[in-house]
Amino acid sequence: MYVFPVINIILGLLLAPLMIGVINRTKAIFGGRHGQPLLQPYYDIFKLFSKAAVYSTTTSWVFRAGPIVGIAVTIVALLIIPMGGSAGILSFSGDFILLAYLFGMMRFLTVLAALDTGSPFEGMGASREVTFSALAEPALLLGLAALAILSDNMSLAGIFNGLPLETFLAPGGMSIMLVLASFAIVFLVENCRIPFDDPTTHLELTMIHEVMVLDHSGPDLAFIEYSAALKMWVLGLILTGIVTPITGTANPLILTGISIAVLFGIAIAVGVVESVMARLKLPSVPLLLVSATVLSLLAIALSTFTNGMQI
Amino acid sequence: MNSIVDILIIVVILTNFRLLGSSQLKTCVRVVAVQALILSILPVLAGQGEITLHLTIVALISGAIKGFLMPWLLMRAMREAHITREMEPIVGYVFSLICGIAMIGLSFWLSQQLPLPGTVANSMLLPLAIFTMISGLFMIVARGKAITQVVGYLMMENGIYAFGLTFAYTEPLIVEMGMLLDIFVAVFVMGIAIFNINREFDSIDTELLTQLKD
Amino acid sequence: MMILALIGIPLVAALLAFVLKNDKLRRALLLSSAIVHFALVIASWLIQPTAILNNWLVVESLELLFLTLTSALFLMSSVYAIGYLGREAHKAELSQDKGFLFNNAPEANFTGCLLMFLSMMSLVVVSRHFGVLWVAVEATTLTTAPLIYFHRNSRSLEATWKYLLICSVGIAIALLGNFFLVVASSNLSGESTILTIDMLIKNAASLHVSWLNAAFILMLVGYGTKMGLAPLHTWLPDAHSESPALVSALLSGALLNCAFLPILRMHSLCMEAGQGEFSSSLLILLGLLSMGFAAIFILRQVDYKRMLAYSSVEHMGVVAFGIGIGGAASFGALLHAVNHSFTKALLFLVSGNILALYKSKSTNNVSGVLKVLPISGVLWLAGFLALSGMPPFGMFLSELKVVEGALNKGEYYTVALFLLLLIIVFIGMAQIVLKMSQGSPSKSTEESFDAEALKEPWTAVIPSALLFAVVLILGLYIPSGLSEMITKALAQVGM
Repeated sequence: MYVFPVINIILGLLLAPLMIGVINRTKAIFGGRHGQPLLQPYYDIFKLFSKAAVYSTTTSWVFRAGPIVGIAVTIVALLIIPMGGSAGILSFSGDFILLAYLFGMMRFLTVLAALDTGSPFEGMGASREVTFSALAEPALLLGLAALAILSDNMSLAGIFNGLPLETFLAPGGMSIMLVLASFAIVFLVENCRIPFDDPTTHLELTMIHEVMVLDHSGPDLAFIEYSAALKMWVLGLILTGIVTPITGTANPLILTGISIAVLFGIAIAVGVVESVMARLKLPSVPLLLVSATVLSLLAIALSTFTNGMQI
Repeated sequence: MNSIVDILIIVVILTNFRLLGSSQLKTCVRVVAVQALILSILPVLAGQGEITLHLTIVALISGAIKGFLMPWLLMRAMREAHITREMEPIVGYVFSLICGIAMIGLSFWLSQQLPLPGTVANSMLLPLAIFTMISGLFMIVARGKAITQVVGYLMMENGIYAFGLTFAYTEPLIVEMGMLLDIFVAVFVMGIAIFNINREFDSIDTELLTQLKD
Repeated sequence: MMILALIGIPLVAALLAFVLKNDKLRRALLLSSAIVHFALVIASWLIQPTAILNNWLVVESLELLFLTLTSALFLMSSVYAIGYLGREAHKAELSQDKGFLFNNAPEANFTGCLLMFLSMMSLVVVSRHFGVLWVAVEATTLTTAPLIYFHRNSRSLEATWKYLLICSVGIAIALLGNFFLVVASSNLSGESTILTIDMLIKNAASLHVSWLNAAFILMLVGYGTKMGLAPLHTWLPDAHSESPALVSALLSGALLNCAFLPILRMHSLCMEAGQGEFSSSLLILLGLLSMGFAAIFILRQVDYKRMLAYSSVEHMGVVAFGIGIGGAASFGALLHAVNHSFTKALLFLVSGNILALYKSKSTNNVSGVLKVLPISGVLWLAGFLALSGMPPFGMFLSELKVVEGALNKGEYYTVALFLLLLIIVFIGMAQIVLKMSQGSPSKSTEESFDAEALKEPWTAVIPSALLFAVVLILGLYIPSGLSEMITKALAQVGM
């Protein structure tokens, strides 16, 4: 009974860094280069494990705790998230709220670790990151709430299983489109991608997420990079779960295969977005994030309205 | 048919939000034109009665005037004034979007207070009309540039027209044409006024029009 | 046929005025159209014109009353216009307030728009169909906007923009009210005539109450914007003070009345449908609010044309108050509308003379009008006395009737507030007018006097004098024809 969830977890642990590799390869192709090998993120992580960590004398235990909590959180998130029609091991009713706030906790400790170093760059990056996440959080939660109303179920697994193809064409079907649009924006914000943050910049004044992890080294940095990849995998699975309509009981292997294909499709899409767009000006970012919240709210309004509930 | 109407309603609501949050004047004018086009075919698709020839003629002509003619007038006025953006609105863009959320809640509530006699094809049509009207009024109040105020007026007319064509379609043809002519001439005269304002003040910021006060 | 002529002749004359090149010919056209229009209206007193367009355009007592007002005012304004346009022709003006030069708009535009304005106002008065009424009211807004912008300077541009935008928004709200009315009447077997006031009154019992009430509120707000009821009056002081004198006279005297008509019709419909208390209370509230706003802003007012504009707001408030109270007060309200039109037109035309001489709208710069312009000065002072409700002028009788009607209904507190506000307005206006009339002009202003304006040409004085005569006569006794007409008009709307 637990075979497929465990297979899903192992697939996640193994394939997450490959998503980053696909994104980088897509950007290279757009740039006319051959680019890094697809497995480069794996080589980077192994290399970092073999190095020693260097800790600044101004830091305390918080600095060391940041990456550890990060990896712990993302692994727990991996245990919750359903994939390919099978529920996660830790799934329960209301688990999507836990998911959102697990990532919140990870962000909180990363920010604390960044502030712990006492460097002004990291403080600046931390304040920007926290602002963006504060604005994006309602979008994520409200969108998930809209889906919960639509599928009449409170656990992630139930939500994704409760959105068959018929729901897309029913009166409330538009709300799924709205939630998807909103989640596309939230995905880019949470994973610190263009148009919110440029992961390839080397100028500290322009970094948001990168600058917070600037002072980590060795295994700490390896944990951070790996947890970033896992976070992208988990958030991508949310998008995949909405997009792949599960009709009845199909073969779980096929469904898992479809999910992985969609995930790498999302990675390619992110690569394309990073190649064609530039970063938004900082004052324009709140506007885009509030728009995402508006889309989620509209989705909720639409789904309650068409389900006949009174407002 | 139902799902097309649903999709169109959502698109119109999104256009309203886009207008509330957009600082580029060209975008505003184009989006209000698209909104007018969609709102002129919506009553034909979602109409209460049969699709009469009268209704289609009115829809076509109002779509042509509000979707093509009036935006063209406004674009001309904009080109004369050399303005592309509204940098300092009276109500900031993020706050406008949040107010938009409040307004759409208000329009849903209002439509529950006013139960429509007879059967309704789609229960979201009345909130949509009210929302478009209220956000048009909001635009007039919350923006400083004269062109965005005219865009707000057009949004109001779009919403009122959507309501009229969907639920109150018994106006005879000649009166409808008279109304459309009036609205067109109103926008025309406003365009001339904007041209004069630009010539007089070298800008179309209505915040400069504050000489007359008590 | 007569109705068609009433609307069509000014329209044709307007088109002609746009293309005529000769100034003198155009002014003659203006005056002759005004005379023809007035003659047609007088003829309608004797023979009732036949209703046309399936009873959409009808002339009965109510319409005849307002048509007469409009036409008489337009005739007087055209006489004034001949002299005015002659003086203003192609002259660069120096405004003392701003000290810069401004040009005037082409005269053809002005005359053409004036004539179209007359045509559209006639259409507003005679239409029984709410849709046609809406089109006509919006048309009056559009035709008057160029008139306000006759003196091309930044202040009048600001006034024009505010006028255009606020009135268009208000009238758009009234359009929504129209549609709400259609929904309210959707119980009736659908016909294209259901938006005529007659059909609606006939079927008043079967109208949807909540939609009817909502329609009344929307129409009150919408047409109330055009009428100048507070708090929707914000465009009025600017527009009425920045436009040329004769345009202000027409706006205050004729247009506000025409905007009042739809509100009156909706009120009678509400009363027919049993919602009379609801609509009455709203009218009384807005009436008192208008008087209150006017009272506050007239005190310490520096611009004498703005003072006249606020006084228009106040008197529209009195009219709304009277109609809201009902009974004898509504007779007083309609009589008040008549008196106010004549008095306000008189005052605006005289203010035009004062402005032409002193070239300043501020009371700080104007003094000694009685000395310098004897006829205009007397008319100015006497007109002020008439406007503030002094006997033996007409406004006294009409305000008395309104108070009498209100006391009959037992509305003691509202009457007390009403009288208090009238007194405040009187104090405010008295300060300004007396200061302006008495004394003598300062040396610097005397030097800037235009010799032509000192002569007081007959076109500038005769219209005001005639209007004053009417106001005096109406104050001494109400001619039986008039009171009969008002009573019949009230009966027509069921009050």
